[in-house]
Amino acid sequence: MNVDDIKKIANGIRRRVLEFTIKNGGGYLSQACSSAEILATLYGEILNIGPSIAPKIPPVFTGVPSKDNKEYFSGYGYNGPKEPHLDRFFLSPVHYALVLYATLVETNRMLAEGLEMFNKDGFTVEMIGADHSPGHELMSGSLGQTISQVLGIALARKRKGETGKNWVVMSDGEFMIGQTWEAIETLSFYKVDTVNVIIDANGQSADGKIDTVNQIEPLKKRLESFGAVAVEVNGHDIQQLIDAANTPHESKPLFVIARTIPYQGIEILKKRAPKFHYIRITNEQEKEELQQFLKERFGGDNR
Amino acid sequence: MKLEARVHERNLVKWAADKPEVVVFSADLTNSTEIGLFKETYPDRFYSFGMTEQNMMSAAGGMAREGFTPFVHTFAVFMYRRALDQIEMSIAYPNLRVRIFGFLPGITTPGGASHQAINDVGILRTVPNMTILETGDATEVESVLDVAQSIDGPVYIRQLRGQIPRLFREPMKLGKSRVLSKGNDITLITSGIMTEEALKATTILKKDGVSIEHLHISTHKPFGDDAIFNAIEKAKYGVITMENHTIIGGLGSSVSELMAENGIGKRLVRIGLKDTYAHGGSKEYLMKYYGLDAMNLVKAVENLIGQKLDIEEDDLAEPQIDEIEQMIKAEDL
Repeated sequence: MNVDDIKKIANGIRRRVLEFTIKNGGGYLSQACSSAEILATLYGEILNIGPSIAPKIPPVFTGVPSKDNKEYFSGYGYNGPKEPHLDRFFLSPVHYALVLYATLVETNRMLAEGLEMFNKDGFTVEMIGADHSPGHELMSGSLGQTISQVLGIALARKRKGETGKNWVVMSDGEFMIGQTWEAIETLSFYKVDTVNVIIDANGQSADGKIDTVNQIEPLKKRLESFGAVAVEVNGHDIQQLIDAANTPHESKPLFVIARTIPYQGIEILKKRAPKFHYIRITNEQEKEELQQFLKERFGGDNR
Repeated sequence: MKLEARVHERNLVKWAADKPEVVVFSADLTNSTEIGLFKETYPDRFYSFGMTEQNMMSAAGGMAREGFTPFVHTFAVFMYRRALDQIEMSIAYPNLRVRIFGFLPGITTPGGASHQAINDVGILRTVPNMTILETGDATEVESVLDVAQSIDGPVYIRQLRGQIPRLFREPMKLGKSRVLSKGNDITLITSGIMTEEALKATTILKKDGVSIEHLHISTHKPFGDDAIFNAIEKAKYGVITMENHTIIGGLGSSVSELMAENGIGKRLVRIGLKDTYAHGGSKEYLMKYYGLDAMNLVKAVENLIGQKLDIEEDDLAEPQIDEIEQMIKAEDL
């Protein structure tokens, strides 16, 4: 897919997430701003996956996994079939779920009607994605666990002789977590080069800017010292993301630090600094401003 | 009674020979958890994770999703305490086939509070989808692998290591308690190393005219077969539980829940750690210090029957496997 087409996907992601944020009175909107190009580029160009094998409209919730619930639905089918030569995709910060759902709609893997189920009781299109949510494969809700689970999957796929890669989107906040570094040292130890991580480094965490919460930098140096190949790019530059994804990294995991801006593409959010984690619309004026922006930038919500 | 050394170490190698789906995970305690021989024999199926228990648990979930069965080994405390979130979200929620071997249950280590798993059963009993097994002798250490592998979901195994007795000849069965003696006065329910300890006193108690229905249980969850239920229901004076665990949340709690739910109004004495951490010391010293030993069983019986028995420490006897077998057989007739 060419860069312009990927740009269109990224814009579509922002528009859809903005629509829902206005409709719901709040949402993880800044995550869409920062990661739109990352997800658009992954699904548009980087991931080697097949077409969706899941229902175009997501099913209703059918219960959590147990030995008595064999009909349990997994959301992975939206990312195509699991085949030895194909890539797999894993979203670690699952409060980005709406961004992923919007990506699936923009890439024709899910119908827009599925989005109507977002954050509604009884549906799988949950606010914080679980492994039954469209595009999700793992129970990732507790931050820092995805990379270790993917490590296990990568080791297992190696045992089976599979050649497909395993792509993970992480948030930079997760690099405060001990388990993340445990996983990286183990990836290095086993020379796993089938795990590639793209970090949405938007510098934000729930309490505000990460550098007012804890110290995770210099991320590139830290990752390299743990035995990974790390590259730093502008996370809104699609060509840079594609090039970074192609960085040679023999016998080492690859980490792409995509530096991003939490209000990219929806600039009126900038005045909310330093808090972007969850955009809550608290009064009519804010709502009107966002609606006005939606209309001017994206032509409103009636496509 | 015969003591056997490093039963799990030898048995696992033999058992896993024809099971290529079984992979063994270690967290830098390979010889301490008796998987050194497995590592030597099947280096390709052995994964060292170092001291990264949280990472190891999530990775086990990942590997189980791909069709392998990770047998995760470390000290119990480093699993259920350090990596509980990972056990819950990466393994238990998705109901994955991961076998978690937790060593050093309760006071079986001189390592002190940092190494003693005193509330693992209580914590993990509240984790949905989790099956919990506990071994009490060499035969159970050997047969727990088949039991665990038959379960379609995660299993926690409270495992013994080092020198352990062989008390039973019959293999462990899921959800099935072992009736070690029949009686109507007192029902005694024990698990893990407490069964051996209880057996030191039950012979002399019987000689003193107290008839005891003694059951050994090795399945903590799901809990409660008919034998337990019937034994509780017929006990004339009451029920005693003995566990190498805090009395909150473990075997004593399971029994009390069973009694309350079925409206069985009997007295219950729970022998175990009384809501306390322990400290470092030998098993014998700790059992006595924290009131987990056979003499405390005698006291509990005296309490329930309301009568002082003339039993001294010297009257206690080492359990003999043949006698245990005879007891079971005689009662079967």
